[in-house]
Formats: sequence, C-alpha cells, structure tokens
Amino acid sequence: MLFLVFFVLPVVWLLLAATKTDDQLVHGNPLSFGSWHALAENWTALTSFQDNAIFLWLRNSAVYSFIALAITLCVAIPAGYALAMNHFRGRRTLLVATLVVMLMPNATLVVPLFLEVNAVHLIGSMWSIILPYSFYPFGVYLTYIYFSTSLPRDLVAAAELDGCSQFGVFRHIALPLAMPVVALVGFFSFVANWTNYFLPYVLLPESDQFPVQVGLGTLLNAVPQFNPTVGTAAVQRPELALATLLAITPVLLVFLFSQRFLVAGMLAGATKE
Amino acid sequence: MSTASTTARPVRSPSRRRRATWPGRGGHLFVAAYVVLLIAFGVVPTVYAVYFAFTDAGDNFAGLANFVAAAGDFRYLSAIGHVALYLVCWLVSLVVLVVGLALVLHRLRSGGVSRVLRFLYYIPGALAGAASVMVWLFVLDPTVSPVSFLMRALGFSTFGQVVAPGHLPVLFTLIAFWTGAGGWIVVMYGALNNISPDLLEAARIDGAGAWRTAWHIQIPLLRKWIVYMAILAFAGGTQLFVEPQLLSQASVGVAGRDYSLNQLSYDFAFQNNNVNTAAAISVELLLIGLVVAGVFVARSGFFDAD
Repeated sequence: MLFLVFFVLPVVWLLLAATKTDDQLVHGNPLSFGSWHALAENWTALTSFQDNAIFLWLRNSAVYSFIALAITLCVAIPAGYALAMNHFRGRRTLLVATLVVMLMPNATLVVPLFLEVNAVHLIGSMWSIILPYSFYPFGVYLTYIYFSTSLPRDLVAAAELDGCSQFGVFRHIALPLAMPVVALVGFFSFVANWTNYFLPYVLLPESDQFPVQVGLGTLLNAVPQFNPTVGTAAVQRPELALATLLAITPVLLVFLFSQRFLVAGMLAGATKE
Repeated sequence: MSTASTTARPVRSPSRRRRATWPGRGGHLFVAAYVVLLIAFGVVPTVYAVYFAFTDAGDNFAGLANFVAAAGDFRYLSAIGHVALYLVCWLVSLVVLVVGLALVLHRLRSGGVSRVLRFLYYIPGALAGAASVMVWLFVLDPTVSPVSFLMRALGFSTFGQVVAPGHLPVLFTLIAFWTGAGGWIVVMYGALNNISPDLLEAARIDGAGAWRTAWHIQIPLLRKWIVYMAILAFAGGTQLFVEPQLLSQASVGVAGRDYSLNQLSYDFAFQNNNVNTAAAISVELLLIGLVVAGVFVARSGFFDAD
C-alpha cells in the first residue's frame, strides 16, 4: 500500500497544485484543494505565455504522435504478419535485425540521426520527427509473436481451400483477428512518441515546432524558483503544474481506452480472454 | 483480463507445430515499407555514427583519435561513473521490487481490487519524459513537496540540498522506478497468471507456504521475464538524458549539464561543434547496446514462436 501511495500521490498532488496560487502551494496543506478561481487564473496566465504556446505545443505533439502512429500501424502489422506466416528469403536476418534494434535504446542514435537529417537538409521539418517515430521494431515484434501463436491454422487452411490469395487471407482472416495487437502496438507507440524528449530536443530548433515535452522545458526555464535569472516573463509553479497536467492527459485518456488489451497482448499466447 | 474465475481460464501453451506458411514472394511486399524504415533509421544512422567516429573534421581517417579525445575529456570518466552507479541502483531496485510487488498483487487475487491496483500502478508509465521530471521536481522541493515533512525529517530544507550531486543516482532511480516499474509490475502479474493453477495447488498440498512457493516455483518460472526486464532496463539506463538535463536546468547547475554519457555526446556535438567526438561516444553506447542485445537474442528463447 505504501507503494500505491508512491505511485499515485505525486499525480494527485499535481492535480491539486494546479488549483492553487503559488503562495498556497508553499504554505497550504499539500493535499488540499485550492479554488476554481485560482485554477482559472493559472489557466489564463499559462495560455498567455508566449501567446498561447502551450496549445501550439500540444497540437504539435498530437500531430507528430498520431501521424506516426498511423504510419506505424500500416507498416508494422503487415511486416509482423509476414514474418510469422511467410518464409521469404532474408526472413531470419530481418527478425534478428528487428530484435537487435528493438533492444537498442533509440536515444543512442539521436546524435547520428541529427547528422543524417542534416545531410539531407531536413532539420526543422516535422517529417524528421515523424518518420523516425514511425520506425517501431517493437511493434513488428509484437505482431510477429501474436500471429505466430494466435492465428488459427485451420481458418487459414480453409480460406486457402476456398481460393483465397495470401493477401486475401491477410485481409479477411488476419486483420479482423488483429484487433488486440493493433490496440497494443498503437498504445505503446503512441506513448513512446508522445513522451519522447531527446529526439525533438535535438532535431527541432524552433520553439513553435516543439512538442509539449520540450515545451515543458521552456516553461521550467521561466520559473523563478528554478531559474533565478528569469526576467519579467516569469511562470509561476502552479502554471507549470497545470501545463504538466495538460501534457499527460492525452496519454491517460488513450491508456484508459486501451487498458484492457495491455496485459493480454503483452503476453504472447495469453491473448485469449 | 476477465478475472471472474481464475480456475476456468484455459491454459494455453504455444503450439509447437509449424503454422501454415507460404514460401517467399508475397512476404517481401508485406515487409517492404518496414525494411525501408529499418534501413533509413536503424542502419544509416549507425553507419553515420561509425563514419564520423573514425574521421576528423576534414573527413580524413582519424583512427581512434576521437575515442582517445572522448576518453581524455575530464568529464568522461565521471559520466561513466555516474551512469554505472545509477544502473546498479536502478537494476537492483527494479528487479527486487517489481517481482515482489507482482507477487503481492497476484496473491490479492480479488478481481476488482487488483484491476484497480494495476491501473494505478501503470499511470506513471504514461508520464515518462519531461512530464515525470516536472512532477519530481515538485516532489523533491521541500518548500512545496507533498512529503515535505519527510524531507525535513531527513534534514533537507532546500531544493539545492536535495539535488546534491551525491544524491543524484538515487533520485534518478526514484524517477525511473516511478515511471518504469508500473508497466513491468503489470507484465509480471500477467506472467504469474500464466502459471498453471495446478502447479500452485500441488505446491500447496505439499505444504509449501507463500514464501517457498514464490521462491521455488513462481520466481524460476518468471526468469525469462526478469532477464528481459533487466536487459531492457540496463539498455535504457545507459541512455540517461532528459532527467539530468532538466534537473540541471532547474537546480541552476547543481546537477551538471554533463552528468551522463548522452549529455556529454550532446554537448560535444552542439556546444563544442565537435560531431566526431560525439559520434565516438555514440558508437561506444551502440556497442554496449549491441553486445547486450546480441547476448540476449542468442541466449533467450526469443524464437520460441517459430
């Protein structure tokens, strides 16, 4: 139960902090509700920061994450399916490559990726973020495991007897059964994209292109208690708490919607509910 | 997971039979787009890293000069030390606590409660990145922290005292555990659910208590997942970047901008305009990742589905 407190208390505190003035934050009971009025004040102050930058950042995050998510699904599901069902040349190499890349944290490649993107003059383009996000080997691996263990063989055989082509089997048999793994890959890739900090931090020089994670860093720099050199455009701590809350809300919503697939899909072969 | 009845769940073992498969051709079409991305964002950056690591600013072959330059930098050894220390804290706490909590959760067994708990444990996982660092900046600042009484009891009254360099490995472990452990607890819990109830029943009949059942049956059967988790956590841990970067912003330099290897690589590339030395550090991190991944792929039953 102590651990439950450890996991949940900071989030609860964050919710409450957004409803307080900075003074209440320091002197009040940390687990008390401030006031709706203070929340409205914080909201006004936050949205006036750099001319409503917070919404621009949230929008950027949504654009990057959702486009990348769509591409990921279109790329990873067929690839994982083929790895499970087809014995094409180079299949094993591709599997090993997928595993190796999957186990290598992508942050290592951020600086080299910058060099690559720089070489093709795409620095500052949103595609320099979206395309690397779309490359999601873990999603391919999950799909491969799922179809290897959960695609009923007799269904496939029956479809083939009926004259279904490979593509027909994929469309009419595999895809309808793929919902759990689609939800799972979708959820994981969305969270990974939304919470990524290092890649956009390095690849996007302009503030108006920041995703919200990098934007939070900008806000942090404007909080006097954390950065005494800040000038007149100061941000109060409750505003930063509110911004953080806005940054995590979409992920929590997506999580709520896809929660029941998560455990199931994580365990290959245990996806039968 | 429907938890209405735990005994009636079909226990499935992955079929050992070869699935219906087709020969070649069509497969290539299915994987084409993925292969393009794999080359563009897996292979090419790696080649770039290696190329820059072994050349100088004038594109001439430089041998190991960049690696020597990186290793000779006064911040290099301390960065390795920081990351190593953090990794030890992180891996030990992760393995011990996650397995322990999953076992506890599994013993609770009452559907509704454990479902709510699983959800609550997982929430911080959705808060990775800068957001989780923000949350912890507040929690670690005694003037506003929800647990300020605890911090004052430990003798901290200012944020600066809390983020003293000696405390950083523990603090980063806290943050990483908070964001990373929940998801793993859920995974381990699922793996525990996959253990045949008959086995646990047999152990109970043989007189094994909760401890012995956990130690002799459940933990050995979780081994693959524990190893998997440790490997991923190790690889991820070498990547420390956002936490020290933001903490150094917030603490006005108490935590350095060059605390971790990735920060050092970043600094070389963008502060000193020395991409070659930065690439050398990337190559070193890549090698670590490659070795870890290689050992794992070779040793684990990752092709079980085949």
